Amino acid sequence: MSPIADIGKILERSTPAMGGFSTAILRLEIRRLLRNPRTMIFTLLMPVVFFLIFGLNGTYAGNRSGHGNVSAFIMISMALYGAVLATSSGGAMVSIERASGWSRQLRVTPLSPVAYIAIKMLTAMVLGLGAVLAVYLVGVLTHKASMPTHLWIITALSVWIGSVLFAALGLFIGYLLPSENVMQVLGFAMMLCSFGGGLFIPLSQFSSQLRTMAEFTPLYGLSQLVHYPLVGGSMDWRWVANLIVWMAIFISGATWRFRRDTERV
Amino acid sequence: MVTGIGTNSTRDPHPDDQVGALCAVDLRAVRKSFGPVDAVRGIDLTIRPGEVLAFLGPNGAGKTSTIDMILGLTQPSSGEVRVYGMPPRHAVAKGLVSAVMQTGGLLRDLTVLESVQYISRLFADSRPPGEVLDRAGLTDIADRMVGKCSGGEQQRLRFAMALLPDPELLILDEPTQGMDVEGRRAFWKAIREDASKGRTILFATHYLEEADAYADRIVLISKGQIVADGTAAEVKSLASGRTIRATIPGADESEIRKITGAANVEVRGETVLIRSGNSDEVARRLLIETSAHDLEITSRGLEEAFIALTGAEVHGGAVGPRIQQ
Repeated sequence: MSPIADIGKILERSTPAMGGFSTAILRLEIRRLLRNPRTMIFTLLMPVVFFLIFGLNGTYAGNRSGHGNVSAFIMISMALYGAVLATSSGGAMVSIERASGWSRQLRVTPLSPVAYIAIKMLTAMVLGLGAVLAVYLVGVLTHKASMPTHLWIITALSVWIGSVLFAALGLFIGYLLPSENVMQVLGFAMMLCSFGGGLFIPLSQFSSQLRTMAEFTPLYGLSQLVHYPLVGGSMDWRWVANLIVWMAIFISGATWRFRRDTERV
Repeated sequence: MVTGIGTNSTRDPHPDDQVGALCAVDLRAVRKSFGPVDAVRGIDLTIRPGEVLAFLGPNGAGKTSTIDMILGLTQPSSGEVRVYGMPPRHAVAKGLVSAVMQTGGLLRDLTVLESVQYISRLFADSRPPGEVLDRAGLTDIADRMVGKCSGGEQQRLRFAMALLPDPELLILDEPTQGMDVEGRRAFWKAIREDASKGRTILFATHYLEEADAYADRIVLISKGQIVADGTAAEVKSLASGRTIRATIPGADESEIRKITGAANVEVRGETVLIRSGNSDEVARRLLIETSAHDLEITSRGLEEAFIALTGAEVHGGAVGPRIQQ
């Protein structure tokens, strides 16, 4: 036994670059996602099934909607539904990892809390991309949805990028609630938000009171904005205001809970 | 904090810090409270490189709270914690210290190998995953899902993950809790092989026999304080003292402490209980210098003595520490 530590050996030790963030970790996280049948069914399969049911209905699917048809409109809606479900449940994974003690295990490694959040967000976004691509791919294969080629790309990108907002919501709820019920709470909340955003039933068919209420729900602004390239017409500043206010709420909520969490594990 | 040349409060110029910088762990007057509960009530402790040290004490003694502070998972309410002369978080980030946690800390939806690969990627320098799996005896089940592993296998996986940064200091918090005898033996075999290579090891346990068998220094913790610190033999001799019971009218605790020189004195009405490694001398003094009568001397088993050293409340019949027979 040596009475003193080997100082040289201690000094030459270094800390990892980027707080421990790496694409190798991201790959492992994505592999975990693909193993979870529940996630795959809810985020990739369900939106596709909904599109097949609602988006191809012959009585209205071919009707004109802005620069394309109603089928394209519903395809965008379902892609958005899948993407926000994917990103929010991806974010809420922190809840399960806290309950299982995995985040505590990570705290005795060099991984920085910010790098951890970045990994969670990116993993959620990869799943979100999968959800968008699944719906759009089925949209292409079924030949019903119609809009100019550049709009396919623009709307898909808007849906995907916009869904990052709900990764922040997922993180917020994941830090806030114990894991046993976080996914149920989230699933229910996302269902309500989707109705509020007019993803399942067009808002024009709501009563005027319900429509006014819907305008204050978190998916309303994003939904209007991602459909805008297809629908055209005039841009409404309230869509942007809705998006910005909810983004501020989700991000500050997630940041607040995250700070609390890193103080004590 | 007062700063300036020649004051004790500056970290660097003080001569003690020369020692502090070389210590694996240096705790000074460390306290930790959770609201009204004092989990750690003033611990001073220095762990030298190469030591295999056991934190021994009943559940709730403050072992895990102390370990959490050494790992930088929580901050002490007051006092100072240094690991290899630096704040705990820095030592963790450099891979100088790693830990095997009590329970949890694993993802059920990764395989054994993937878990090790995951953690391995987080360190600037890491041992190869295959090597640590081999050392923890997990090579055969590398492709098994973590959720399908037994408690003992999961614990060896935590051990493998902790070996990845090749840490100077390895901390194990109740490492064999919930393991069967066979799992426990296999686990300690792996740890012992590792310790023989000169790694500093700190483990918490409430199994007296584990501390006895595997540690070369035992720190006995009770109610947030260190009540004994020494080699296994020293602590055992402390713990295996005898109990003197006598009736002394108008007994005064501090008076009796002074007369007998025994630290462990308990007065209940007229009955006095004294625990001492030198019972003959205590009895002689009691009979000569006080009005003690009905004096009894009883020898305690190792288990009872350990209970006596670590928690007075167990006399009332409350649940004491579990000790392996």
